[in-house]
This record gives sequence, structure tokens and C-alpha cells, in this order.
Amino acid sequence: MSRVLTQAGRTGTGRVGAALAALVILFAALWMGAAIGETAIPFKTVAQTVANRLWNAGYPLAPIDEGIIWSYRLSRAVVAASCGAALALSGAVLQSLLRNPLADPYILGISAGASTGAVSVAILGVGAGMLTLPLGAFIGALVAFVLVSLLAVKAGRGTAAIILAGVAGSQLFNALTSFIVTKAATAEQARGIMFWLLGNLSGVRWPDAWLAVPATLLGLVVCLWHARPLDAFTFGSESAASLGISVRRTYFALVGVSAMMTAVMVSIVGSIGFVGLVIPHAARMLVGVRHGVLLPAAALIGAVFMILADILSRVLIPGQVLPIGVITALVGAPAFALILGQRRDRA
Amino acid sequence: MTLSASRVSWSAGGVDILKEVSLTVETGEFLGIIGPNGSGKTSLMSLISGIRKPKRGEVLLDGFPIGTLGRRTVAQRLALVEQQAETGERITARQAVELGRTPYLGTLSPWSPEDDEIVEAALENVDMAHLADRLWHTLSGGERQRLHIARALAQQSKILLLDEPTNHLDIGHQISLLDLVRRQDLTVVAALHDLNHAAMFCDRIAVMQAGRLVALGRPREVLTVERIRTVFGIEVEVEHDFDGSCSIRYRARRPRPLAAIAAAGV
Repeated sequence: MSRVLTQAGRTGTGRVGAALAALVILFAALWMGAAIGETAIPFKTVAQTVANRLWNAGYPLAPIDEGIIWSYRLSRAVVAASCGAALALSGAVLQSLLRNPLADPYILGISAGASTGAVSVAILGVGAGMLTLPLGAFIGALVAFVLVSLLAVKAGRGTAAIILAGVAGSQLFNALTSFIVTKAATAEQARGIMFWLLGNLSGVRWPDAWLAVPATLLGLVVCLWHARPLDAFTFGSESAASLGISVRRTYFALVGVSAMMTAVMVSIVGSIGFVGLVIPHAARMLVGVRHGVLLPAAALIGAVFMILADILSRVLIPGQVLPIGVITALVGAPAFALILGQRRDRA
Repeated sequence: MTLSASRVSWSAGGVDILKEVSLTVETGEFLGIIGPNGSGKTSLMSLISGIRKPKRGEVLLDGFPIGTLGRRTVAQRLALVEQQAETGERITARQAVELGRTPYLGTLSPWSPEDDEIVEAALENVDMAHLADRLWHTLSGGERQRLHIARALAQQSKILLLDEPTNHLDIGHQISLLDLVRRQDLTVVAALHDLNHAAMFCDRIAVMQAGRLVALGRPREVLTVERIRTVFGIEVEVEHDFDGSCSIRYRARRPRPLAAIAAAGV
């Protein structure tokens, strides 16, 4: 099946068809995200609300339903979708660049670094108003990546070395975050931040979506632009260089865009684990390893997965909202274990 | 298509690895590079392929310093097969060969039927067409190495650089791989371990020792008893055939000491 799909991805009509199908799936998922919740709202009402808000269609609706759908659930679903897509893209790109099936922003400590950066801005006031929360998170993410990379090179560059360096980096930055929160935050702030750190979509509104969606689209375009260079990394960076790829430029562009996407998502919803790790593997199983098809597939699956995980987090315990990070970890950790086991079989 | 190195030096971590090596590759020849481990063969390959920049000296491709040509142009003119490049991806044999088209494909230019034909031809050339849809990790070492050659052929460059291409292959696969390379109408530079393979397949041989080029010439001129003794530290006999080829027979360095024979006899 993967061969059929990859061949389809090469012809013009196949590409247009696949893109349309992806959009239909994405909109269906967003629709579900808006309709399902503690109070179920009919799908028709969702459609009418969207029509009212976007085109002033003037359907008579209960203001409370319309309010829940538009201001609460739909913005939340849109942010969840971009967050899932962005994390899945970051994971797919990092796995291919580092040739490491266990790489993802969370495991490499990039999310932890972004959290520290965000907390430094929010609580310590680093940057004295010059730095916004997402920018602080971006700087933290880059610092974490550089630190983890240096550590990994010292430790011998192997698959295990990168992961262990990531573990060390995560621990360090999580400790820094806790330190900052304990030392400087009020009890109220501390509770809010701890909840946010677990990954949380509760406070998300439309302004957040206007940051998350462009960041994700920009990331998608940059990653797709590098689809062929990423293919060329299949046999390592020297092989990529001998195939005519400028390795350093590719590294900078893709690591930069991964850190940017991770940072934006962390600054909005906190650090959410395992999406970036597991979704790219699912995408590879479905559509194969060619990045021109793999990257959009990973983005779509990530988006749909996050919307569904968000729905689950809202309905699993009646009257309670679970942090979404709990759901992704509950699904992701066993999948992580499976990938580990598979690697052993092959080696 | 000409390739030459003039007085190139390279060092890593404060250790000089290549010292003022000069070398011109003749069009259409099979040039072998031999030398002990650590003599600088692999470093020389990565310098003349343009992947690494020399600390001093320069590598010229078609008269231009290779660093000024741009990676894509270089990749269209010379292809490199590394030592045992591996992947954990679930990639098929055909997909591995398709990577060879990378230097010709832009970000937006689509894959064309012509690319398919070139890939198919490369697969047939190395006798791997029947295994084209097999997954990489199900193939043997010899088959994988053939695919690397096919990928390099799909690159349609006139110069092929091979870094110890026969490592870890059994003797049958070693010979057939070199034979396959020899059959191509290409300029070949290959770092080789086995002196007899170098003697059999190469038009000329370059001998590396401790980062320097110590000899360059036809196999029978280069592979002498004295040189092999000084470079590799082994005793050999060199037999010259009437057709101008030569072959090498290795000898134990010295007879076993009497004491050891006596001890074994007890």
C-alpha cells in the first residue's frame, strides 16, 4: 500500500486529491472537537455557528451554545490541531536528521528548555518586557538543543548518547523551571504553572490560535521545502553531502524551525510529550519513508490525534478536565516501549 | 572531467592526517589507493570528494577549486560510495537507488519518467532489478553494496569514488563487485585493502604511508617486495605474469622459533 501511496504522491492529480482528502479529514476532526464535550451539541448547530460567525448567516441559535462552540471549543480544537501537527513535524524532522528513531522535542529536552525560557519571562521578567513568552520559549529551546547536542557529541554521537544527553538536559531544565517557580512565584502562579507544564489546553482562546496556526503553517512549508534533502539523509550526513545537499544549511533551517514550532506550542499549551515521537512512526507505517509524503501525513495524523486526545481529556472523567499531556503520555509511553523493542529485534 | 589534488594537507584534533599529497586522476582510469590502516586513505577520499575542505592545498575538479563549485554541481560530476553506509529506515532497494537522482531534482521539480528509466537501468546494471522492491534490512551485505554502486550510477557522474567498497564481503562478492565497477565506462578512484585486488583491477596504484603519498604508478612498478615491506611491514613474493600483470604471495614474517616448536612438541 505504501508504494501505491508514494506513487500517488508523485503525480500532480494524486497530490491534489490527497491534499483534498487531508483537508476533509482535518475539518471532520475539528467539527467533532467542537461538537463533543460535557454537553453534546448537534453537528448541525456547529455548522450553523461557524456560518453565523464567518458569513453572518443569521441562524437563530441559543447564545450559550454558540458561545461554547465558538469561543471555547473551536478555538481549542484549532490550537490542538496545530499543536499536534507542529510536534509531529518536529519529531519527524529530528528523527530523520539525527537518524534516531527515538528523537523528538520532548525527549531531547527542547520542550523542557522552552518551558524554562517561558517561565523565566513570565515569572522572573527576564528581558524586561522586550521578550514575549513565545520568544523566551524559543531562546530556551535553542539553548537546550545546543547544550544537548554538545553533550551528545562528547558522549560519542551514538543513538543512545543523544537520548541520554536529552534525559540529562530535560532533568536540568525541569529542575531550573521548578527552582524559578518555587523561588519567585506566588502560590497562585505556581499552581497555574504546574498545571500548564503538564500540557493543558484549558485556557486557550482565539488569540492563541492566531499564533499557533501561522507558526505551524510556516513550519510545514519549511519542512516540505527540505523534503528531498531529508530523503538524502537516509544514509547519513556524509552521504547527503555526496548527493549534493548542503548539510549545514539544512541542519540550521530544520533544527531552527523545529525549535520554533516547539517553543510556540510550549508557550501556549505547555510541554506535551510523545506526540512528536510516536506520530511520525505511525505515519511511516502508513505512507512510507519518502518525506514529500511523510511530512504532510505526520502533520495530519498529529493534528487529528491531538483533537481526539483533547476530546478524551474532556469527557473521560465527568466534570473534570485532565491535562492533555496525561492522555498523550498514556497512549505514547506504551508506543515508545514498542519502538524500543522493535529496534532490539533489528539489531 | 579532470580531478586532481595539489599539495593537500588535513589534520584533526592537532594530528596531521594528510601531508602535502598531490595526485592527478587520469580520465577513464581505475586508480587504486592502498596503504595500512590510518595512512590517510579515507581522509584523502573525503578531500577529493569535496566533503571535507583541506587545511592547505586545493582539490581541482575540471579546473575549479572543488569548494567553489557548489555541492549540487559536484554531485553531478562525481559520486562517492562510502564504507558500509547503513540505514534503519524501512526503505526499499529501489528507493535507495532513487536517492542518486537528488542532485538533479529541485525543490519543486517533480520526479519524471526519465528518472524512473535511469533508476531502472542502474538497477539492471548491478543485477539487482529482481530485488528492487525488497526492504533494505532484508538484503545481504553484497546486495547492499551493489545498491550503493547503483545509486552512484544513477547520479550519472563521470567520476566514481569508492572507499573500501569490499569491506565485510566474502571473496566472491569482493571480486564481482570490483569487476562490476571495472565494467563501467567511468573514471574510478578506489581505496582498497587487498593488494591482489589492486593489482588485478587497477590501471595505477597510489600508495599511502603515514599521511604521505609514497608511490604512484602501474601495479608492477609500485608493488615491489621492498615497498610492501617498508609500507606494510610484511614479507611477500611478487610474481610477474607474461601479460604484465602481477600477483602477491604473503609469507610469514620469519620461521617459527625453534623454542616454540619444541614447546608445542612437549
